[in-house]
Amino acid sequence: MLTALLVFLPLLVSVVVFLSPRKLAPGIALAGSLAALAIAALMINAFDPALGRQFSFEQAWLPDFGISLKMGVDGFSLLMVILTTVLTPLILASTFNQARSSGFFGLILFMESALLGVFVAQDAFLYYLFWEMALIPVYFLVLIWGNDNNKVVTYKFFVYTLAGSLFMLAGILLLYFNNPARTFDIDQLYTLQLSGNQQSLIFILMFVAFAIKLPLFPFHTWQASTYTVAPTAATMLLSGIMLKMAVYSIVRWIFPIVPLGAWVWGDVVLGMSIIGVLYGGWIAVRQDNIKTMLAYSSFSHVGLIVAGLFCFTEEGIQGAMFQSFAHGINVVGLFFIAEILFQRLQTHDLKLMGGLRVSAPVLASFFLILMFGSIGLPMTNGFIGEFMLLRALAGYKLWLGVLAGATVIIGAVYMLRAFQKSMLGGSEKETFTLSDLTLREKIILFPLAAVVIVTGIYPQLILQITGPASAKLGELFNVYLNYSSLN
Amino acid sequence: MSSSEILLLTCLLAPLSGAGILLIAGRSLPKSFASALATTSVFLSFIAAFLLFRQTGAETAAFKLNLFSWFTAGKLSVDMAFRYDQLTALFLLVITGIGSLIHLYSAGYMHEDEGHNRFFGYLNFFVFFMIILVTGANFAVMFAGWEGVGLCSYLLIGFWYKNSDYNLAARKAFVMNRIGDLGLLAGLFMLLNRYNTLDFEALQEAVKAVKSGDAYLTTATVCLFIGAMGKSAQLPLFTWLPDAMAGPTPVSALIHAATMVTAGIYLVVRNHFLFSLTPATLDLILYVGLATALFAATIGLRQNDIKKVLAYSTVSQLGFMFIALGTGAFTTGFFHVFTHAFFKALLFLGAGSVIHALHHEQDMRFMGGLKKKLPITWITFLIGTIAISGIPPLAGFFSKDEILAFLYAKNPILWGLALLGSLMTAFYMFRLYFLVFHGSYRGDAHTESHIHESPISMTLPLMVLAACSLIAGFIGIPEVFAAHSHWLNHFLGNLIPVQHPEGISHSTEITLMGVSVTAVLVMVAIAFRVYGQGKVVPVAPEEEKNPVFKLLAQKYRIDEFYNFLFVAPFNAISQFFGKIVDNQIVDGIVNAMGNLAMTTSGLLRLLHNGRVGTYLLAMTLGVILVLAYNLIF
Repeated sequence: MLTALLVFLPLLVSVVVFLSPRKLAPGIALAGSLAALAIAALMINAFDPALGRQFSFEQAWLPDFGISLKMGVDGFSLLMVILTTVLTPLILASTFNQARSSGFFGLILFMESALLGVFVAQDAFLYYLFWEMALIPVYFLVLIWGNDNNKVVTYKFFVYTLAGSLFMLAGILLLYFNNPARTFDIDQLYTLQLSGNQQSLIFILMFVAFAIKLPLFPFHTWQASTYTVAPTAATMLLSGIMLKMAVYSIVRWIFPIVPLGAWVWGDVVLGMSIIGVLYGGWIAVRQDNIKTMLAYSSFSHVGLIVAGLFCFTEEGIQGAMFQSFAHGINVVGLFFIAEILFQRLQTHDLKLMGGLRVSAPVLASFFLILMFGSIGLPMTNGFIGEFMLLRALAGYKLWLGVLAGATVIIGAVYMLRAFQKSMLGGSEKETFTLSDLTLREKIILFPLAAVVIVTGIYPQLILQITGPASAKLGELFNVYLNYSSLN
Repeated sequence: MSSSEILLLTCLLAPLSGAGILLIAGRSLPKSFASALATTSVFLSFIAAFLLFRQTGAETAAFKLNLFSWFTAGKLSVDMAFRYDQLTALFLLVITGIGSLIHLYSAGYMHEDEGHNRFFGYLNFFVFFMIILVTGANFAVMFAGWEGVGLCSYLLIGFWYKNSDYNLAARKAFVMNRIGDLGLLAGLFMLLNRYNTLDFEALQEAVKAVKSGDAYLTTATVCLFIGAMGKSAQLPLFTWLPDAMAGPTPVSALIHAATMVTAGIYLVVRNHFLFSLTPATLDLILYVGLATALFAATIGLRQNDIKKVLAYSTVSQLGFMFIALGTGAFTTGFFHVFTHAFFKALLFLGAGSVIHALHHEQDMRFMGGLKKKLPITWITFLIGTIAISGIPPLAGFFSKDEILAFLYAKNPILWGLALLGSLMTAFYMFRLYFLVFHGSYRGDAHTESHIHESPISMTLPLMVLAACSLIAGFIGIPEVFAAHSHWLNHFLGNLIPVQHPEGISHSTEITLMGVSVTAVLVMVAIAFRVYGQGKVVPVAPEEEKNPVFKLLAQKYRIDEFYNFLFVAPFNAISQFFGKIVDNQIVDGIVNAMGNLAMTTSGLLRLLHNGRVGTYLLAMTLGVILVLAYNLIF
């Protein structure tokens, strides 16, 4: 019941927000997201990682088609639920100083509901429904509140991801029809015995959707432009949470159902991911628009996450889950910094900034912490994720780990460059007088910075949530790993 | 928790608390409180380190402090664990001892600076990470310290962040260190792949059965050494260190001379059990160290900036330390770290005192004749200069002599080359000394009228360090003079196997000493003849007539070469990837596919007509209705 409440409460509140006057809307939306956070907190409190799926909820929906409202929370789900419920109130609060209509806040809550739905759905049809539902609010957010050029960009983003989703739908339908029980129930799908060819086909169909959503090279070209023109709240939702839908989906809907398909295509995915790590980072080095820079940086980081997953080991999967969480925190913080700068300077152009640290030292300090989290300095969350992922890759093939490891150099180059261009330097730039953080901005940035450091020093807080689930997946692939090492 | 563990924790946490308070609340604290807090916290750390050292003898077993499991996944398991042994003991004394003195010095040096409190916060933070580095019980914790000191180095090089050149220097240091770090990481992954642990003790146990010259381990140790090359500024990753002089001078003394830059040596000494199994790697270390020692020394001959001379000198001296490691004499490498820490910190702080007196003038062409005006700085600086030049019985003589002896045992030609490096050291150091303190003042009259000796907070550390530079060498008196006189080898002997130069008789050893000391004295005499009267004044690099001198003054144009070879292509490729490959090719294909689909597909043509909104609205409403229906009924 807790699970259903978690998903539908934000949805109900979003309807209320749509209908409420502009003055009340932000408050109601925030209250709704905090309520979701409270529910997540109750879950964390009662959750036992060793027990697998908990807080199950099942309600017949369309029995003729084998569709039910089946939901539940295991380690993977819970981590994503925490990420979503922690970030949403912060993202909402990040927009409070902007005069926007009730719809804006309603859409964000609607989005939260859809995201949470994706993370707890245990029925393939329901999952697909939430997956598509999550696209709707982003579409409107970018279209209505985006910057210049947003029509073309939104259109491309929408068509591109929708096209991907259609492939996924085909994959899900294939699963359904290859299934004697004719059901979308995940527990039935987990018991399916599919042939190698069937698995391969289904893997490709579903993975296309994920490759676009993540995105992976070469499916990434919608990302930089969308992140750049979208209102920053939407960019935060996209980069912080939405792309984690794809990471999560891989461990939920691909690995356990079509392991052989994933295994067969593993090296191709690794290739795409690692190209993305280097290529994305390399492009970020010369970006002058801070949001575009962050978009390419996100593209690079996500490549490493996926590479870790496709090492098919417990270490790689744990690293990927941890880094998904860490990346969500860091990237939302960094985009918020970009937004703070934009609100004060009306620009995202690093060339027009400089010397901001003089007048905004607190802002610079938060920027510094989030940046070093993103660079992966030890004692920050980024290090743990990056180290585990690179370690997993090097364990699979040493040279791959070292090649992808170049990200520790490139990441430092683009991040330090952006920091220097915006924050450092003298008063020769016009922009060096701006007001430092307001209380609201500090309240948003403080928890993010705290998570960066706390989970960097004591990462077990996060790791223990997904540990047993990752171990189980790792075992699943041990068969293949042992088999291939014999040959 | 035992008393030793509590002391070790105190040692770690005292500077961290100082840093925490200063970095969070520093803006609202008075300057005098901030500097007192920072200095006290490091001094507290020093007392803890000293008490620990008092309990430690050569026979004392190492102890381990395991705080918690840091991260685990599958076969990977890393503890947040610290280890205290004889090597750690000595490093801790150097770090916290010299650290305390430099904090005290900074209270005077940075007094007028608007970022005073922030400076002390960073400095405390640095000491904390440096302690982590030398106490970490496994590679991961050590790496945390390793990167942490890199962060503080970045923050402190760019401390005066309004200056764009300084910011570039800070960034260069961080990125160049990261290049080395990738090597270090590769080494760690190799060790993990084979031994499944990063714990130093467990690794030592695991490699016991490995044969000397093992190819896998050789590659792994070369990777580890690449990390050391970055941190300890060896060829080809050394160019960040001279630029790092952009930081305030106490930073140069503490981080870029006495402690952080010796982390690479620490890494090798700590893992002597790996490196001693890989003679090929040791040879590489020897040649890289030798090349760096000579290369940097030649540049040092023609620099005019007082801090740049000292910076190249540091690079060169680090090269000497690696030479020692390369011959397999790990304790000797540490010995030079130890003595160098005192006299190089002394020289930097002395230079800082001069710069302070001359209102931030760093160019030696505008100094001269300062010995009367800055008497304490003068005397202490002279002691430092004699110590680094290797004149007995000051500290540098003992450690450098030991290195030369090992090198002679290996190959007399190498000994000759290293001796050449050591002669250049004596020359450029005395050149610096004469240009600054002898002759007559060459700056402007206004500055001259304000020249004054530094306050006691600055001169006291100079005096203490000068005293240490006088006597520090006595911890390693050569066995030639008296049996069992080498305390250092005895103290470290149970931890690290002590080597002795093979096949060198006592008479040879004494002859070598005589040759090198005589040659050094000749160099000092030459330096005195050229620069001692204050008549020969160096010119700016652009005006240099002699092409060789010009090349040296321009540092072989290595930075320009690196820019041309690496930086410019790296940036150009980034532009090419972004503007051409991504925007034109990859996105072009995507758009073409999209257009193709648009013209052929009826469904998508519907979207093309701009009815996406309608479609979505319908879908949304539909979903909501269906869900609501099922929930309510």
